[in-house]
Amino acid sequence: MTNTEIHSFRIEIPQADLDDLQDRLTRTRWANELPSETFKADVQTGPVQPGWEYGVPLDYVRRLVAYWRDGYDWRAYEARLNAYPQFTTEIDGQRIHFLHVRSPEPDATPLILTHGWPNSVVEFLDLIGPLTDPAAHGGDPADAFHVVIPSLPGFGFSGPTHEPGWNRYRTAAAWVELMRRLGYERYGTHGNDAGAYVAPEMGRLAPDHVIGVHVTQLFSFPSGDPAELADLTPDEQGYLQFLQFFNDNMSAYAKLQETAPQNIAHALADSPAGQLAWSAQLLSGTGDDHVLTNATIYWLTNTGASAARFYYEDAHAERPPEPTTAPTGLASFAMDFKPLRRFAERDHSNIVSWNDYDRGSHWATQDAPDLLLGDIRGFFAKLR
Amino acid sequence: MDNAEIRPFRIEIPQTDLDDLRERLARTRWPDELPGVGWDYGVPLPYVRELAEYWRTSYDWRAYEARLNEFPQFTTEIDGQRIHFLHVRSPEPAALPLIVTHGWPGSIVEFMDIVGPLTNPADPADAFHVIAPSIPGFGFSGPTHEPGWNVHRIARAWADLMRRLGYERYGAQGGDWGSAISRQLGLVDPEHVAGVHLNTLTTYVPDDSAELSEIERSRLERRNRFRREGLGYGMIQSTRPQTLAYGLTDSPVGQLAWIAEKFEEWTDAAIDRDHLLTNVTVYWLTGTAGSSARLYKEAAATWTRTEPSTVPTGVAVFPKELSPPVRRFADRSDNIVYWSEFDHGGHFAALEVPDLLIADVRAFFRAFRN
Repeated sequence: MTNTEIHSFRIEIPQADLDDLQDRLTRTRWANELPSETFKADVQTGPVQPGWEYGVPLDYVRRLVAYWRDGYDWRAYEARLNAYPQFTTEIDGQRIHFLHVRSPEPDATPLILTHGWPNSVVEFLDLIGPLTDPAAHGGDPADAFHVVIPSLPGFGFSGPTHEPGWNRYRTAAAWVELMRRLGYERYGTHGNDAGAYVAPEMGRLAPDHVIGVHVTQLFSFPSGDPAELADLTPDEQGYLQFLQFFNDNMSAYAKLQETAPQNIAHALADSPAGQLAWSAQLLSGTGDDHVLTNATIYWLTNTGASAARFYYEDAHAERPPEPTTAPTGLASFAMDFKPLRRFAERDHSNIVSWNDYDRGSHWATQDAPDLLLGDIRGFFAKLR
Repeated sequence: MDNAEIRPFRIEIPQTDLDDLRERLARTRWPDELPGVGWDYGVPLPYVRELAEYWRTSYDWRAYEARLNEFPQFTTEIDGQRIHFLHVRSPEPAALPLIVTHGWPGSIVEFMDIVGPLTNPADPADAFHVIAPSIPGFGFSGPTHEPGWNVHRIARAWADLMRRLGYERYGAQGGDWGSAISRQLGLVDPEHVAGVHLNTLTTYVPDDSAELSEIERSRLERRNRFRREGLGYGMIQSTRPQTLAYGLTDSPVGQLAWIAEKFEEWTDAAIDRDHLLTNVTVYWLTGTAGSSARLYKEAAATWTRTEPSTVPTGVAVFPKELSPPVRRFADRSDNIVYWSEFDHGGHFAALEVPDLLIADVRAFFRAFRN
């Protein structure tokens, strides 16, 4: 029997788990490192801060571990999350956790938002108010959304997974089922990072229900044919250089998680400092509390391993050869991977909106929420 | 003070470090894993749990510490780095000096069972004086304190070490990084290196190669599969080793899983559990997960196409090697004077098939004795 019931959910971490975390942080056995003055660049020339060339530096991790232990207030963030209605339901054999915040506007458009790795539902917390109740946030009530923010299978309170195969396609199918269960006939989908893998697949799976796909990346890459790279503009050459730099210097965590996630799983499950550093490699620009809230959720739910498995599952999934056809919009931020339009159009045949912004990063909800919010509103205004 | 001084060294781990290790193992918080996937996602949980339990309750570090301390050990500072090494003189005065170099995730522990037969063989004509250094950043030669400890710099340090020990003419042997270092040692110190014996050698298919034979194709496919599926650890260690270091330094099971997987995936037959744990314990007690991983980054930063070597070279090919070499391609870059193919054995030959390796090393170096 399939259980389609939707249960209310609140995050209530036992105090013993928080005490244990604190104990483990106190007992951290520290890695040594090279003195940064022996290798660090004088000026930042790419996405890597000077002193981060060998990875997350010791003084950063030490500072955050001290703050995690002595200053950071998990209970405040737990309360912030619990201020929103949360639920769980079982889909395709997997427990799915989600925030579901209805707009006061009866005509609001339903919108499902999917976070990335090593993030969580926390990625979208600051957007919930303006999205659901624009009138109360200096906006137009016509721009209102009912928002559904699920934790990816294997991540946080949707974790761990219990069987193989939770790739972007299966996740997209689960999200379509989730929206059906919630009674939403016509809805939009937004995604960042891993979420930007999932959102376009929802459009492919449920064209009658998905009015539009809005993402902050279109992960379309050169095929290897040199002819594709003729007549690049200087901007496009810069985008490819950014991609190349990321692949050469920053992407090994992904390769490891695609091929042998269980090899790193033991260290992440047993060492909060290890989990923190693993997350901070990509999240450090988002501010201490955002990094720590995410690291704390991964730690408390012990989902470092199952979240890493998303990469394995996705790398082992079969890819549909056809382009997607749902109306698609891209908001692309300055300090992020930027796709070349020629490749994006190869993979997505109905791109109706494409905006480049001169600030913001991969985590635009944290450093360019105004631009992202405006882009989401503008994109869906034409599709309602 | 003379930093070139050579000082005797003994491994003497404080009891508090061993107690701390046991306590951490007892407090392990385990990850979950998918049921029924075997080794597909990496090292399985029950495998690590079982090893960790044995490590905590039964494994006897002090016994292996004592065994390691049976070998004369020394430290000396070379090029600003403390270098630890075993130096075991043969009773045979005419023995050939041989510097033996381990790789990652190995250590001098790999050589525990081959030092005796190499230094004191049945046939005195096969005797070696064995020098087995810990690579800078590894074990008791760790951590490193500045960037740049790449293969070239390590090879120069080894040449310096052999000079300090007064060896005029010597051989070099190694697998994994030890192979790259031994080969480079032949390039930097050709007047003194009599010959190089390697049990790892990566060969590349040249652009102008004719049709590949069946065995060549299968070796190429093995290499490609390794690069596709098995190189995640190498990529993180060659790009962001520090990010990895925190978890491995704070969690003994994290360190255990990171290393033990290689001793399963890269071997032909199971190696002795106590040897594996002794090796892991050396990484743990010296806190060198990060500094050993850095070798990948330092080497990657100076990686160039293979510099041709004219030093007489012998190669032992074990079938479970990650990327078994192809003889005719090796001939293009190296002066191959000896080549053995074995029907069993893997990446950690000194631990897996010590008798085969010892016999091969003896046979190769016979041609270079005076």
